[in-house]
Amino acid sequence: MSRLFEASVKDNRRLAENHYLLTFHPLKKIRRPEPGNFFMLSTGNGLDPLLKRPFSIHRRTGSDIRILYRVAGRGTDILSRKRPGDVLQIIGPLGNSFPVGRSRKNIILVAGGVGIAPVFALAEGLIASLKKPVLFYGAKTGSGLLCIEELNSIGIETHICTDSGDTGRKGPVTAILREFIQGNPSVSEDCCIYACGPEPMLRSLSALAAEYGLRGYAALEQNMACGIGACLGCIVNTTGGYKRVCREGPVFPMNEILW
Amino acid sequence: MKLSVNLGKLKLGNPVIAASGTFGYGEEYSEFIDIGRLGAVTVKGLSLRPKDGNPPPRIVETPAGMLNAVGLQNIGIDSFIKNKLPFLRRFRTRVIVNFFGDSISEYAEAAVRLSSAKGIHALEMNISCPNKQAGWSIFGTDPRVTFRVVSAVRRATGMPLIVKLSPNVTDIALMAKAAEDAGADAVSLINTLTAMAIDINTQRPKLANVTGGLSGPAIRPVAVRMVWECHKKVNIPVIGMGGIMSAEDAIEFMLAGATAVAVGTANFVNPRAALDILEGIKSFMSARGIRSPGELTGAVKLDVA
Ligand SMILES: Cc1cc2nc3c(=O)[nH]c(=O)nc-3n(C[C@H](O)[C@H](O)[C@H](O)COP(=O)(O)OP(=O)(O)OC[C@H]3O[C@@H](n4cnc5c(N)ncnc54)[C@H](O)[C@@H]3O)c2cc1C
Ligand SMILES: Cc1cc2nc3c(=O)[nH]c(=O)nc-3n(C[C@H](O)[C@H](O)[C@H](O)COP(=O)(O)O)c2cc1C
Ligand code: FES
Repeated sequence: MSRLFEASVKDNRRLAENHYLLTFHPLKKIRRPEPGNFFMLSTGNGLDPLLKRPFSIHRRTGSDIRILYRVAGRGTDILSRKRPGDVLQIIGPLGNSFPVGRSRKNIILVAGGVGIAPVFALAEGLIASLKKPVLFYGAKTGSGLLCIEELNSIGIETHICTDSGDTGRKGPVTAILREFIQGNPSVSEDCCIYACGPEPMLRSLSALAAEYGLRGYAALEQNMACGIGACLGCIVNTTGGYKRVCREGPVFPMNEILW
Repeated sequence: MKLSVNLGKLKLGNPVIAASGTFGYGEEYSEFIDIGRLGAVTVKGLSLRPKDGNPPPRIVETPAGMLNAVGLQNIGIDSFIKNKLPFLRRFRTRVIVNFFGDSISEYAEAAVRLSSAKGIHALEMNISCPNKQAGWSIFGTDPRVTFRVVSAVRRATGMPLIVKLSPNVTDIALMAKAAEDAGADAVSLINTLTAMAIDINTQRPKLANVTGGLSGPAIRPVAVRMVWECHKKVNIPVIGMGGIMSAEDAIEFMLAGATAVAVGTANFVNPRAALDILEGIKSFMSARGIRSPGELTGAVKLDVA
């Protein structure tokens, strides 16, 4: 089953300022994506923008795939103008996924901003397999908190915070998580953290995890050209040397990343 | 219709090659296309010892192109021969090994090492890399240095030898001539154009390495002009590349003087690009009654119509 396919846009709706939810329907059978996997999507139809853009799987409904994205530049701006019926060229699913095989008692999910996209996919999967993860979710302001209704509907315990303090607790998500761990010392036994968000958040989360001796995994981002491991453009520095985010990642053990 | 072309002693089943650094060691693309159908696969540039390359970010998109500063990261010649070459040997495509060195003696030693491996059909020496003995300059910007390094490699190997030229020069045809005089069987061009992009919000370069190499459709007209100049100057075959995205682009290079063409950045955009381009060249040829790719090579009409 080739991972190169075309898909038609079913829906592309604005969720909040600069944030959209895109649903596409693959025009042929594709491999089943796992939380953490990503797709490379064409944005324009011509030579500019040239390269495809990477987006995490956010949700799967039947054979349809959902992508949750922030308008960050030209490519995502063009993507936000796609209408139902428009055709996208896609490669995927690509990369590794969050390793949940060896089940842990206390599962902590951490998301910052649009980092909720893959974290939601993981949360949905965990709950479907009767796990009880706890989610810590932060954004700059309340309007940047996405898919709150979807989170409510899957019934996950969610701790919300914003930098502005207009919604939820005020402060960074790592500070809220630190309080939680201090208040519930037993969580650190048999615990695993899964996270996605801006690099500064992941960096302080890694430090926090190291401090409490917690294991954890982070989904990373890096500029990509090919998405399939050929260009060596997307590397991250790890304890094992440079690794390709698109191939050995995007999910890495937090203690292996050299921030 | 015949599709095969000759690059000196190297015979290709068709004129479409995958460009170095854009096709890994072939494995990644074999999921998307039958790489055996390509005229040749050029592997990522190799050196005697493995290289880590540059810190991230290494790539950034620019209008109709991209900058890369991968920094010649590679697994080293020995590991390539042991771990990657056996896979490539399974296909009937020709395997071109791109390589480089820090000094003339390293180039020669690399060529010797590669010449004894089974399953390599040609060597392509990348002379767009820094000459450690001469400070900042690269081997490919001074025709005397180019002549010396190519001569040294020529003495070290009997394999078909392609010299990959840097476009960051005033007169690329002089470099092509120096390569020909030193015994190269073919020249390939162009490598990436040294370039830079700055983030105006952070006031920092967008690449950690500050500068990078520009590739993609943005460079195509420059590349076509350079292929034309080299074709006029030398009698050895020219492999043309630089922003080829379609069969039309490839044919443009052939008309300018290319005997074969290489597809680079387009592979990232569409992993099937190289084969799509081959199919397009075939259709063009059959629609026009062209019997061999050679009829297109250098066929640009310069007389006033
Ligand atoms: C594996 C992976 C999964 C991703 N998943 C999602 C997702 O689910 N939702 C989402 O909104 N975004 C996601 N991203 C980020 C998304 O790919 C970028 O925001 C997008 O490529 C920007 O394209 P653009 O043309 O709009 O911006 P550009 O004009 O290319 O760049 C605008 C700004 O965005 C930055 N940028 C460009 N590419 C990336 C990148 N790959 N990662 C981070 N910053 C980048 C640039 O440095 C620049 O500052 C993911 C990235 C990766 C690598
Ligand atoms: C990510 C990347 C890596 C490259 N690595 C090499 C290399 O190792 N050796 C080399 O000779 N050329 C290398 N090149 C240059 C290409 O082979 C080609 O000459 C150039 O990109 C122009 O063609 P294009 O516009 O079709 O990509 C690289 C190009 C890119 C984009
Ligand atoms: S994007 Fe090309 S190697 Fe990862």
